[in-house]
Amino acid sequence: MVAATYAVPAILVFVTSALLIVVGALGVISVKNPVHAAICLIMTLFGVAVAFVAQSADFLAAVQIIVYAGAIVVLFLFVIMFLGVDRNMHVSVEPLVGQRAFAGVGVVITIGGLITLMASSHWVTGATSVSGSALAPGNGNVKQLGTAVFTTYLFAFEATAALLIIAVVGAVLLARRERATTKEEARA
Amino acid sequence: MPHVATLILLLPLVGYLFVFVNGTGLKERTIGIVATGVVALSFVLSVVALVLLLHRSNREVTVHLFDWITVGTLHVPAALLVDPLSVTMCLFVTGISALIHLYSIGYMHGEKDFRKFFLYLNLFVFSMLILVLANNLLLTFVGWEGVGVCSYWLVSYYFTKDSAASAGKKAFLYNRVGDIGLLLAMFLIFGHAHTLTYLGVFNVAGTLSPTVATLTVLALLLAATGKSAQIPLFNWLPDAMEGPTPVSALIHAATMVTAGVYLLVRMSPVLTMSPDGRATIAIIGGATAFVAATIATAQKDIKKVLAFSTVSQIGYMVLAVGVGAYSAAIFLMVAHAFYKALLFLGAGSVIHSLNGEQDLRKMGGLAKYLPLTFPTFLVAWLSISGIPPFSGFFAKGDVLTKVFEHNKALWVFGVVTAILTAYYMTRLFVLTFRGTERFREVTKGHDPHESPWVMTLPLVVLAVLATLGGLLNLPWAHSSSLAGFLDPTFGFVPAVGSSSTVAQWGLALVDVVAAVLGLLAAFSIWRGVSASPRFESSFFEHVWHWDDFYDDVIGRPLTHAAQFSDDVIEPKVIDGAVTGLAVATRRSAEGLRKVQSGFVRQYALAMVLGFAVIIVYLVARVH
Amino acid sequence: MNVPAAWYLVLAAVLFGIGAFGLLTRRSALIMFMCVELMLNAVNLTFVTFSRTLSDISGQASVFFVMVVAAAEVTVGLGIVVAVFRRRASTSVDELNELKG
Repeated sequence: MVAATYAVPAILVFVTSALLIVVGALGVISVKNPVHAAICLIMTLFGVAVAFVAQSADFLAAVQIIVYAGAIVVLFLFVIMFLGVDRNMHVSVEPLVGQRAFAGVGVVITIGGLITLMASSHWVTGATSVSGSALAPGNGNVKQLGTAVFTTYLFAFEATAALLIIAVVGAVLLARRERATTKEEARA
Repeated sequence: MPHVATLILLLPLVGYLFVFVNGTGLKERTIGIVATGVVALSFVLSVVALVLLLHRSNREVTVHLFDWITVGTLHVPAALLVDPLSVTMCLFVTGISALIHLYSIGYMHGEKDFRKFFLYLNLFVFSMLILVLANNLLLTFVGWEGVGVCSYWLVSYYFTKDSAASAGKKAFLYNRVGDIGLLLAMFLIFGHAHTLTYLGVFNVAGTLSPTVATLTVLALLLAATGKSAQIPLFNWLPDAMEGPTPVSALIHAATMVTAGVYLLVRMSPVLTMSPDGRATIAIIGGATAFVAATIATAQKDIKKVLAFSTVSQIGYMVLAVGVGAYSAAIFLMVAHAFYKALLFLGAGSVIHSLNGEQDLRKMGGLAKYLPLTFPTFLVAWLSISGIPPFSGFFAKGDVLTKVFEHNKALWVFGVVTAILTAYYMTRLFVLTFRGTERFREVTKGHDPHESPWVMTLPLVVLAVLATLGGLLNLPWAHSSSLAGFLDPTFGFVPAVGSSSTVAQWGLALVDVVAAVLGLLAAFSIWRGVSASPRFESSFFEHVWHWDDFYDDVIGRPLTHAAQFSDDVIEPKVIDGAVTGLAVATRRSAEGLRKVQSGFVRQYALAMVLGFAVIIVYLVARVH
Repeated sequence: MNVPAAWYLVLAAVLFGIGAFGLLTRRSALIMFMCVELMLNAVNLTFVTFSRTLSDISGQASVFFVMVVAAAEVTVGLGIVVAVFRRRASTSVDELNELKG
């Protein structure tokens, strides 16, 4: 029995991912409750993962879900709960005069300009990068990506590993309570 | 000859350096002997130079010392020009200087700055010799400035006195104004003749356009009025009487003040090209002679009378130059040097005997106490009044004859001035030496005493010269006279003595009558009231209010402007600009500080807006 | 029919803009962090798009590293937020304005 191969039209995938992304982003910037904002962020991240898959970046889509949605957002939620700020914030009032207006204008101009620039230079120049490893269809995404990371970009890989260790140490240090003060306070 | 000329110039400098280097260790006697000795030696060498020159057919000797300035087309050598004019000047400058040096040994005896006085005096003689011996305008200018500076030092010799210090300043400043004229003349001459040496200028003088020649002449005249104290720059000379009397005798009678006349006479070829220039010179000379004579009739101080007399006599010399009678001007200069120096030295002797008193109201009847000063002063008095056969009669007569030939109106002025000259000199003579004795309180009852031989010897020598000076230039012996000696130097000079002999005798008679008139008038007025003389109108005494005029027109406005600058411009404009810069910086910094609000979101917004600007620029560039 | 790369690029640009606007407008440090994540994701999307268009794996390698660094950054950043919160009991960045001129 041959299963009916049903190729989902690429455009449908695009629309889906676009909707997820945009709605999620708008939610992040406008909701009053931080927990709701985190949920919206997850929505956006999922949308981006879908877009990755549509662009044949399977491994990255997986990493996106696992690392971004699974670890980073969870970390966010932890901190929100830990600090106890999971109540509604005052979003309506803006103490800095003209901040919203200027921000809106600035962002619109920037994005509009970027898009215009890209359009006028035909979106893609067509030149490959210096390292020039081609995305051959037969190879499999994971293998290709792995080859690139562990050979061409090995140094960057090792550097990011070191970076992670440093980040961990830094986070531990930052979040520590100051033991000495509390001991003196306890004695007095 | 070159060695002689160089030595004449350098001997006074040697004297100066000797006294300077030896510090204060020398005795008065040594200083006096060395200083006087070098100048006397210079005089002897000047006589030698004269003899050498007379034996030459070409009487223009250039002694090149070294190349001084060579820049582009400007070549100025340090060189001396020995010709009849410069030798004549050297002779009487060194001669009279030597006599005055000798006199000063006695006059300045006991002064604590005795050494300083002789230092400056030697330096002065050196500068004056540079002035007369130089072969180009720039070197003359060096000497010109040198004598100006020495005059300043010597006039303010008693510098602790306010009046002396400001008199020195006044002399220097008035001279300086005149110097602008000399500089302008140098620029004009160099611009047209491309050389500053006298011989070079004389060669091309004929090609000067009348305008350029007139401008040059007027510039030279300005310089001369400054140095020789003519209108409008004469006010410094009476004030310069604050200096010691030998200084007045040497610098302000016989030598420095004649430098202006010398300059004009030296540049005679240029003067010849400018009739307007000469007319101006003549008018200035005549006017000065007259005005100064009127002022001298009203002065109370013995030295001030002589000072204005000097201004007046130099006016005569300038008048002579204006009508083209250059040799006559030089003759009067030489004769004037003799009797004016004698008058000043005699006055110095009088002042010395009266313990420093200079006011005529406190003199009188000194004839019997000063047996050597009195007769020599009498000779000088007769000479300057123009009584024959003394030198003044011949010299002034020469000038007046030449003036008569060119301009009758100026001649009348000249004769009137001669009457006034005789009048005020007789007044001076009577008030000082004749009549009742008014000086007892000054000498505290003692009798005045005659001066020592170092002071009276020069008086005697000068008296002899004043008497016999007329022989230098007898009108009927032209070829062996001073004029005959000097005339060839002046090249373009018109024919000598165009008046007939009858006219000359007639003019001489007029001169004598004028002199006697003045004399008698003075005698009759002053002999009788000598016990308690009244003094005259203040207009003449206050120098026709000339000083006040300068003060109102120039001095006061300048002081106001300076005060205004100090009160307003200095604090508000200049300080204001500097402080204002600081204040503006601070204010703008305070304003800009507010950009740093502390709110991170505003910083981020600034970054985004900046980025937006860049994007817009890039988009605009692509399209 | 393939979706042209242009559409994905525009989408990424829009996401970036929304993230920037949120960063400038929200006061809470945590929300601002989330907006930074949005912007990083927009960049990742752009990289991947170009990687596909140019058939070049370097784009995906870049995204790989961006994700690593983003993780490290969030870790340290939240640590700072916690440390600051201890002092002030508020996550509003407007309160941290003592470095004003």
